[in-house]
Amino acid sequence: MSELLPGRTVESGTASGLPLRLAAPLSFWGGFDAENGLVIEQGHPDQGVSLQGRLLLMERAKGSSSSSSVLAEALRHGTGPCAMVMREADLIIALGAIVARELYGVVMPIVVVDADVWQQLCTVEGRLLVTALDDGSAWLSLPGPQVAL
Amino acid sequence: MPALTLTLSESDRAMLAGDQGEAAAMSMRVMTRAAAVMDAPHLIDVTSAHIDGCLYHGQTSLDFVERLVQGAGRVRVPTTLNVGSIDLMHPELFRGSDNLRSAGRQLMEAHLALGCEASFTCAPYQLKRRPRLGEQIAWAESNAIVFANSVLGARTNRYGDFIDLCAAITGRAPYAGLHVDENRYAQVVIELPQLTGLDRDLAFALIGLVVGARAGSRIPVLVGLPGDASEDELKALGAASASTGAVAMFHAVGVTPEAPTLSAALGGRSALQHVRITLSDLKDARRRLNRAEAGERVAAVSVGTPHFSPTEFDRLDALLALHADDLQSAFYVNTSRFVLWQLQQDGRLQRLQARGIRIVTDTCTYITPIIEQLEGVVMTNSGKMAYYAPSNIGVRLAFGGLAECVRSAVEGRVVLDE
Repeated sequence: MSELLPGRTVESGTASGLPLRLAAPLSFWGGFDAENGLVIEQGHPDQGVSLQGRLLLMERAKGSSSSSSVLAEALRHGTGPCAMVMREADLIIALGAIVARELYGVVMPIVVVDADVWQQLCTVEGRLLVTALDDGSAWLSLPGPQVAL
Repeated sequence: MPALTLTLSESDRAMLAGDQGEAAAMSMRVMTRAAAVMDAPHLIDVTSAHIDGCLYHGQTSLDFVERLVQGAGRVRVPTTLNVGSIDLMHPELFRGSDNLRSAGRQLMEAHLALGCEASFTCAPYQLKRRPRLGEQIAWAESNAIVFANSVLGARTNRYGDFIDLCAAITGRAPYAGLHVDENRYAQVVIELPQLTGLDRDLAFALIGLVVGARAGSRIPVLVGLPGDASEDELKALGAASASTGAVAMFHAVGVTPEAPTLSAALGGRSALQHVRITLSDLKDARRRLNRAEAGERVAAVSVGTPHFSPTEFDRLDALLALHADDLQSAFYVNTSRFVLWQLQQDGRLQRLQARGIRIVTDTCTYITPIIEQLEGVVMTNSGKMAYYAPSNIGVRLAFGGLAECVRSAVEGRVVLDE
C-alpha cells in the first residue's frame, strides 16, 4: 500500500501505530479496563487484548453512553488507543476524544472510512499513519519516505 | 471535524469566543464538535436538561465538572441530575471504598455548584415539572430518554456523559436525530400477543426486553399494547428496551402521543420490517434472565430500577398488606428524594419502614455497593436491573413480578408463579 487511503475526520490530529482490528464492537463502559488498557468484556473475541497505543479499527460502537467517560479516562492514563478508524461515526466515542483533548491536551484522531478503504486497512501489516485535518479531510498511509507529508 | 456545514448563531459564536465566561466557551466548543459529528446544520434551544454525569467513572468525571466550576459555569436551563454513586440522604447504606465514597460525593456536589437541581433520580419524568409534547430537551440516561420521547412526546437524542452538561450550560443542542420531525417516525412494526397469565408489571418489562432485542437502534411501533397501560408500565417497558437495545423512542398505537394510529406512527410510510412477538417469546425472556430456582434463599429483593413512583409504592403497600408475617429477606426500594418526601407527608413511609422496607434515594442498588448480603439470590421485577446487575454488582438474579417479589421476601425463598 503506497497510496494514501482517504477518510473523513471525526476528531482531528495525527498519530501512528500498529493497527488492531477488533473482531466485534466493544462497549468501553463495562467492557474495557481504563487503568490497564485491556478489553475485559466477557466473551468478547478480543478479551484480554491491550489497546494501549494501538491504531484501533472498530467498525461501529455499541453500548452505554458512559463509554465516553471510560475512553477519556483511558486517554488520561495513556492506556487508550493512539487513533481510531471506524466505518460509522459515533458521538459517544467522539466525545471521549473531544473531552480528553479539552481537559488533558491528549489527541486521539478518529477517522471514518468507506467499505473499500476498510477492506484494504484490514490487510495492512506494520505501522499506519493517520492524518485527520480540521477541514474534514483525512487519510491513512504507511509511514516512511515514500509518503511526502 | 467536518464543521463546514454547521452554522452558528451570533450568540453561539459569542459564547464560543468567551463572552459568557470560560465554562460556557468550553461547553460550546464541545457542543459544536459534537454537532459536527452528528452532521447538524445548526443548534437549537432546549428547555431542560437531565445530566447523567454524577455517577463516578474515574478522575475524568470529576476533572470535567470541576473545570466548568472553575470557569464560573452555570446551567442556563432547568437541569436535573441522575443518580450518583452514593445516597446522600442515607450515606450509611454505602458499602464501597472510602475513595469512591469521597470522589462520588465530590462529583455530586460539583454538579450542584453549577446550578443543577439535587434531584438525583433516573426518573426525572416523575418530578413536578416535566416536559410537554413537542418540547426540545437534552436528556441523558437511557430510560429517561425513551420515556421523554415516547410517553411525553418531548424531543431528545440519546445524550450522555459530557454533552448533556454542555447542553445545560449553553442551553443548546445539535438540530439532528430525534429533534427533527422526520426522524421520529417508526421504522419497525411489532405485534404483541395477549398478555394472559403474566403479572402486568412483569409483562411490560418482558415486552421491553424483547422489543429492545428486535428493534436495536430503530424506532418500533407496538401494536396490541393494552390501551390502559399506565406510566409505570410504560416506564418498565422503555427501560428494558433501552437495556437490550439502543431504543431511544417507541410508539404504541392508541397509547403514546405520536401514535394515534399505526399510519400516523409510520408517518404514512411503509415499515422496514414487521415482527410478531409471541407469549412464549416473553416467557423465554424471563427464563433467560431469571437465574434462580424456586425455593432458593433470597438474600434481598430490590425494586425501583428505574426509581419507584408514588403509585408503585401504593401497589407495594397493598401487596404487603396481604401478608401479616415479617419479611425474611432484605427489601430495598430505590426512589427519588421527591417521592420519599411525598411518602413522608402522607405517612406511608412509616408504614413501609415498619414492615422492614429500606428506602434508597439518590442512587440505585444495581450500580453501587449497597446490598449487604450478596450470598443467595437478589430478586427484582425490573427488566433493566435483571439485565445489568449480574455484571455490574456480581449477583445472581431472580426475576419476577412485584407480587412474586413480595411473596418471596415474606417466605425468604424464591416464589415463582410458574
